[in-house]
Amino acid sequence: MFQYDLAIIGGGPAGLAAAVSAWNEGVRSIVIIERDDVTGGILNQCIHNGFGLHYFKEELTGPEYAGRFEQMVAETSIDVKKQTMVLNITPEKMIYAVNPTDGYFAISAKAIVLSMGCRERTRGAISIPGDRPSGVFTAGTAQRYVNIEGYMVGKRVVILGSGDIGLIMARRMTLEGAKVLAVVEIMPYSNGLNRNLVQCLDDYDIPLYLSHTVTDIRGKRRVEQVVVSKVDENRAPIPGTEMTFDCDTLLLSVGLIPENELTKSAGIPIDRRSNGAIVFDDMQTELEGVFACGNVLHVHDLVDFVTAESMKAGKSAAQYILYPYQHTDQPVELQNGPGVTYTVPQKLDLTAGEAKTDLFFRVNHVIHGGTITVQAEDGTVLFSRKKAHMLPAEMEKITLDKSWFVGHHTATVSIQEGANEK
Amino acid sequence: MYDVIIVGAGICGTSLARELSKYRLSVCCLERENDVADGTTKANSGIVHAGYDPLPGTQMAKLNVVGNAMVEQLCKDLDVPYRKNGSLVLAFDDDEMKTIQTLYERGVANGVPDLSILSGEEVAKLEPNLNPVKGALYAKSAGVVSPWELAIAQMEVAVQNGVELYLEREVNGITWNGESFAVTAAHNGETESYEARYLVNAAGVDADTIESFINEPPYHTKPNKGQYYLLDKSQGNLVHTVVFQCPSKLGKGVLVSPTAHGNLIVGPDSVDQPDKDDVSVTADRLAFIRNAAARSCSKINYRDSIRNFAGIRAQSEQDEFLIHYSPVTNQMVHLANIKSPGLTSSPAIALEVVEMLQKAGLVLEEKDSYQTTRRFPRFRELSEEEKKRIIEKDPRYGRIICRCESITEGEIVAAVHSPVPATTVDAVKRRCNAGMGRCQGGFCSPRVVEIIARELHRAPESICKDKAGSYILIGKTTKGEEKA
Ligand SMILES: Cc1cc2nc3c(=O)[nH]c(=O)nc-3n(C[C@H](O)[C@H](O)[C@H](O)COP(=O)(O)OP(=O)(O)OC[C@H]3O[C@@H](n4cnc5c(N)ncnc54)[C@H](O)[C@@H]3O)c2cc1C
Ligand SMILES: Cc1cc2nc3c(=O)[nH]c(=O)nc-3n(C[C@H](O)[C@H](O)[C@H](O)COP(=O)(O)OP(=O)(O)OC[C@H]3O[C@@H](n4cnc5c(N)ncnc54)[C@H](O)[C@@H]3O)c2cc1C
Repeated sequence: MFQYDLAIIGGGPAGLAAAVSAWNEGVRSIVIIERDDVTGGILNQCIHNGFGLHYFKEELTGPEYAGRFEQMVAETSIDVKKQTMVLNITPEKMIYAVNPTDGYFAISAKAIVLSMGCRERTRGAISIPGDRPSGVFTAGTAQRYVNIEGYMVGKRVVILGSGDIGLIMARRMTLEGAKVLAVVEIMPYSNGLNRNLVQCLDDYDIPLYLSHTVTDIRGKRRVEQVVVSKVDENRAPIPGTEMTFDCDTLLLSVGLIPENELTKSAGIPIDRRSNGAIVFDDMQTELEGVFACGNVLHVHDLVDFVTAESMKAGKSAAQYILYPYQHTDQPVELQNGPGVTYTVPQKLDLTAGEAKTDLFFRVNHVIHGGTITVQAEDGTVLFSRKKAHMLPAEMEKITLDKSWFVGHHTATVSIQEGANEK
Repeated sequence: MYDVIIVGAGICGTSLARELSKYRLSVCCLERENDVADGTTKANSGIVHAGYDPLPGTQMAKLNVVGNAMVEQLCKDLDVPYRKNGSLVLAFDDDEMKTIQTLYERGVANGVPDLSILSGEEVAKLEPNLNPVKGALYAKSAGVVSPWELAIAQMEVAVQNGVELYLEREVNGITWNGESFAVTAAHNGETESYEARYLVNAAGVDADTIESFINEPPYHTKPNKGQYYLLDKSQGNLVHTVVFQCPSKLGKGVLVSPTAHGNLIVGPDSVDQPDKDDVSVTADRLAFIRNAAARSCSKINYRDSIRNFAGIRAQSEQDEFLIHYSPVTNQMVHLANIKSPGLTSSPAIALEVVEMLQKAGLVLEEKDSYQTTRRFPRFRELSEEEKKRIIEKDPRYGRIICRCESITEGEIVAAVHSPVPATTVDAVKRRCNAGMGRCQGGFCSPRVVEIIARELHRAPESICKDKAGSYILIGKTTKGEEKA
């Protein structure tokens, strides 16, 4: 059995940042456990530019961004266990893991940071009808083949989903000599960042079909055709609108799901709306001493936000280790009002942690002109700010002063629409 | 010259291969696809039926009940996932109570053990997540099995006992010279010839085609498709038993059941179609299945769906297995119309065929020693101590490749080098479950391709997902070219 003050599960940008931050706070016994041969997580396959604009104030590629944190970790005596998969975490904070050199072993830690990232939604999750040939890939799997393994996955490509990964893969496949016939999006708006729409589709004349979806996949062995139909306002395909594309590949960029199987094994409560653990404003879950950050907590579009959130988780874990504290059993509960899908954190502890906290949330539809409002249970408006545009694809962030909440038990985050047309 | 050639390596062909491998015979099996169990045997409900469905007196009834008991023992001997979890047929009203009474009586007549009729309250206690019912037929002897693993395991045992398996051989002609058969098969564009004194047609839904090479089939195959939802293990505890609905004017109903691996399976529907190999799924039928299943259980969360699939039933105008000698010679046996409960019955069908061959003159002499058991290493099922030991012996068991199912490199390598070697990504999946979980191979399939290619000394581009032609990669990227 190994013993550490802090065990970090997952060595992606979230885990690396949490480790560096805990080290900087004075914790000296830290281990990062990473399943892969290398740390850096999903960033290793994101060889495009566009990382670090917020955090490092410069444009880096994914591997470069991860490299900066790997360098910071290398300058400490943090242990990094690679090729090591955590199989189980118990509510008693025992971690069971396996690797080829140590075998099957246990780690006990005073505090744990969960930073396992996310996985992609698959064809089965959205039940796309048709044959089941090869040539249907999630965009991330294709990205791994192309950018890491060095293999091309197809020549003529249709992409379902206009999230950032889909858009970036449209460009990547084009640069590798494939013909991207269409990017198809079921919603009436794209789920990707605007700069990616311009730089990945417009610059290469790749058509984007909004309010469309894939309604049939044809091909007994390898994909031969993909049928795309227009959808109505309820997202139901409209008969008679079918377009058939002759292609050998369908890439799916239809959403990411936080990987919380370990979180659940430890009995940590999950927020069904964020698909991640319920956390306090110090990133601590409802299991004392266990913290969560990055894509395992909620899906981020920008790694810079992952870093900021994870630095906070690492710092809080350090505080917990060095000056143990317990959360109040009467935190302020944040609720999702109209227009809001979820918030992170879900709970504010006015008796511990820092005076100010960032609050991340997502809106549940496109909003042109709205007011972000935080209102206490008695109607008191604690925060209000106008914003011209808000998209489900882009995470919103506001900063709250916890002193505003003194005397309250719940507060609702909502968007007031219409009244503030610009 | 072989003593026996088996055409087709589905559950019937593999069961027979195992049964024949007990005797001093030279046996070979010709299979069209690049793996065994790649036809209907990989796409069905996986239910080990108790045997109250077939009409008393039919061969189907007899083989079902005998087969049910044999499957349990086989799965123990061959280390195949199986659970004897019992089945319920739900009755929602008085009419349906009458139906389950009839089924009960049929079951008793067929010799089905441990049958009882439960009240609505008893059902609610057994299965709290079901919608309220009037009562149910409870059959404790029903179970669930991993159909393809049962087929693979049987073929492995057969091969270890000397049966020769030839994959990617599509039988396209049979001639009989009064004493023996000449069977031709297409292989990589060439025609090969095989000779044998006895021939068994176990070609599933294509049995009529094989039969037509030697005689006019006495039935008309009407392929019938059934579609499914497969859900994540997080839904696998919604029900514990196999939950059927009563056959009624509305149709046969759909089932909701845990699988042998602990997922939840929902389906199938039943639709005739002309095409024998169209296993596509369709939005309207999937919607039908969701609706039909909601009658039994309204708590199924389809957000946890991980896969849809479909299988083809070998059906005809006759509601009976058609296990018969060729009118040309008793040295050929046809297995036609092997629809449900074909999987359950398969070990009993094999015994029946052996007896028929013996009657037709095949001499059966038991081998002095033959292997009856088989084991497959499953890391996640080992105890803590066993885990430590296996990694010490072979560190590849310490490297998890499939994270959803916790499948190690050791298991994947074992699948690739097993007696019936896995050469495709899906063949690996069928042997050790890598890629069967919630991410459906998103994370592990690139690693699995790499391991197969490495172990078989083949280029990654040549590795298929499943059947021949289902290629995954088309070549190196410009950067990949530089690396190489
Ligand atoms: C394809 C893609 C493109 C993106 N493009 C951009 C972009 O252009 N710009 C931008 O700013 N952001 C981008 N992002 C967002 C950003 O990169 C991610 O949000 C960020 O990488 C998430 O970091 P993470 O550490 O939470 O997760 P990950 O990077 O996924 O890391 C999680 C790590 O945990 C490990 N792990 C998981 N489970 C276990 C276990 N049981 N045991 C041991 N280890 C485990 C994994 O192997 C992995 O290394 C992109 C994201 C993706 C997926
Ligand atoms: C939707 C559905 C649900 C079912 N559910 C159940 C159930 O719950 N319980 C149960 O007991 N039964 C069930 N069944 C029935 C059961 O699946 C079948 O009876 C059984 O799998 C048939 O096995 P087989 O070996 O006869 O056919 P197959 O598995 O189809 O095997 C035939 C093999 O022959 C090969 N072949 C065909 N033509 C040639 C050729 N020319 N040359 C060489 N090889 C050839 C094929 O490639 C194939 O591998 C179900 C069936 C369906 C379709």
